[in-house]
Amino acid sequence: MSATTIQLRYLAHARSGDKGDTANVGLIALAPALYDVLAEQVTARRVAKHFKGMVSGVERFELPNLNALNFLLHGALDGGGTLSLKTDAQGKVFSTALLRMEITVPRKLARRWRAGDD
Amino acid sequence: MTTRTGIVRIAAGQGFWGDWLEAPVRQVRGGPIDYLILDYLAEVTMSILQKQRSRDPEAGFARDFVSQMERILPEIASKGIRVVSNAGGVNPRACATALRAVANRLGLGAQIRIGLVTGDDLMDRLDQLVAGGEPFANMETGRPLSDVRQHVRAANAYLGMAPVVEALQRGANVVITGRVTDTGLTLGPLVHEFGWGTGDWDRIASGTIAGHILECGAQSSGGNLLKDWRAVKRLEDVGFPIVEAEADGTFVVTKHRGTGGVVNIASVTEQLVYEMGDPTAYITPDGVADFTTIRLRQSGKDRVRVSGIRGRARTPMLKVSIAWFYGYKAVGTLVYAWPDAVAKAKAADAILRKRLRALGLEFEQILTELVGVDATHGRLAGPADPDIAEVTLRVGVRARDRAPVERFTREIAPLVLTGPPSVTGFAGGRPQVEEIVAYWPALVARELIEPSIRVELL
Repeated sequence: MSATTIQLRYLAHARSGDKGDTANVGLIALAPALYDVLAEQVTARRVAKHFKGMVSGVERFELPNLNALNFLLHGALDGGGTLSLKTDAQGKVFSTALLRMEITVPRKLARRWRAGDD
Repeated sequence: MTTRTGIVRIAAGQGFWGDWLEAPVRQVRGGPIDYLILDYLAEVTMSILQKQRSRDPEAGFARDFVSQMERILPEIASKGIRVVSNAGGVNPRACATALRAVANRLGLGAQIRIGLVTGDDLMDRLDQLVAGGEPFANMETGRPLSDVRQHVRAANAYLGMAPVVEALQRGANVVITGRVTDTGLTLGPLVHEFGWGTGDWDRIASGTIAGHILECGAQSSGGNLLKDWRAVKRLEDVGFPIVEAEADGTFVVTKHRGTGGVVNIASVTEQLVYEMGDPTAYITPDGVADFTTIRLRQSGKDRVRVSGIRGRARTPMLKVSIAWFYGYKAVGTLVYAWPDAVAKAKAADAILRKRLRALGLEFEQILTELVGVDATHGRLAGPADPDIAEVTLRVGVRARDRAPVERFTREIAPLVLTGPPSVTGFAGGRPQVEEIVAYWPALVARELIEPSIRVELL
């Protein structure tokens, strides 16, 4: 079966928030059938690589009941809260930054979900 | 107390201080509700309110609350709706006094019974608690509070639902608190109505998660919803979320009929994962909720049924939010236009930095962002479009002393006539110097705090 790469934006939606200097990103499969692909491919290690230079460490938690993964991106907010000088001091858009990440999936799956793009 | 159908309707009216002013009115008038929850507090908010109280001893609470309540007080009284709010911030007594004056002026003095919750403010007891062996170690860095003790401006324990329940049981129809947890505002009414006991951890976890879904207002009913965002209709009329709870702890998330927005699995899930840590251990003063046990089901149009929630016993500690004076910051912006907008902005930044250095100013940090290029996603956004129409140069500085930050604010406008061309967008004037009040999260033993919690009826 041939494989291809696809951006997470075609497979998941997401929301992010902050706790101190840590941003969290909840990554939610667009359909229950996509959860396993995300759980297998979007590992803490790969997310750390995606955000290399932007975060100091990544933790991952699984919520299969919500078809979701939760990532903690430590050291992401330039001190966080009131200290941070960043536009996104509260980590509100780390969500879509994660959706830029590419993973490898079967070509058929990619074709089906990319077609859903508007 | 329980409503006839056995369902208690709790409506969210504010998700933060600065949220839509119309929302509480619409929740009260749009259909039946039993409780209106108004959440104003966030980590950053407590610091801001503290700053206001330091300038004016009668300030330090969410003033919006009083003007919003003025609009709905007659209906609160006539419909028997009860309001629970942490609008008190760092000065709940002043908040209650202000509301009392409004109620009296409206001729509702006898009908509005205000429950005032205090005891979260630890400022006067801080040294005594430290001397007693409480280190108030920073939960993120592990450092002891003694590092910054002389700079502390406010210290508030996060209280749970217990004082809210007490106020309701004593007949308050408006409960005003300081730093009660966001989730406690919702859990309190549920415990009051259904009589859940300490030890009823699954139901307490359910009420906590109901509170989490309500605490950010429309963020669970279509606002800020990423999935199919174009399909979310009539956000100009967005209905804030309402929880219809039952005694067994299950509940439905919905909104008033005829309002805009949407309540579906996606809208509720996005809110559930918001500001999430370890999902198996969502710790509040009232218990520990396990988000991996939540079951969601679309049970009708704009109705999501939530069930299956499991919880565990509360911990012996309470979280404390400590605000301490850190220093100063300022942010300046200028807009550079095509052609070569990015190159011009970068050249201006280089000039600015050379001037700051030549002046011998010392900063803890200087941060440059190009809005339109890298401000939100950094290097992940890829290279800038060379033909970009315009870019905003945004430079922020932070220092422990005021003087260098003050001087920085005077170095932005000069770039207009002494820097690269095609620059605009400086009409707002000189950037403001902002005080930084930083947040120091810590833990304290529950038994040291709870005996000092007071509930008064005003």
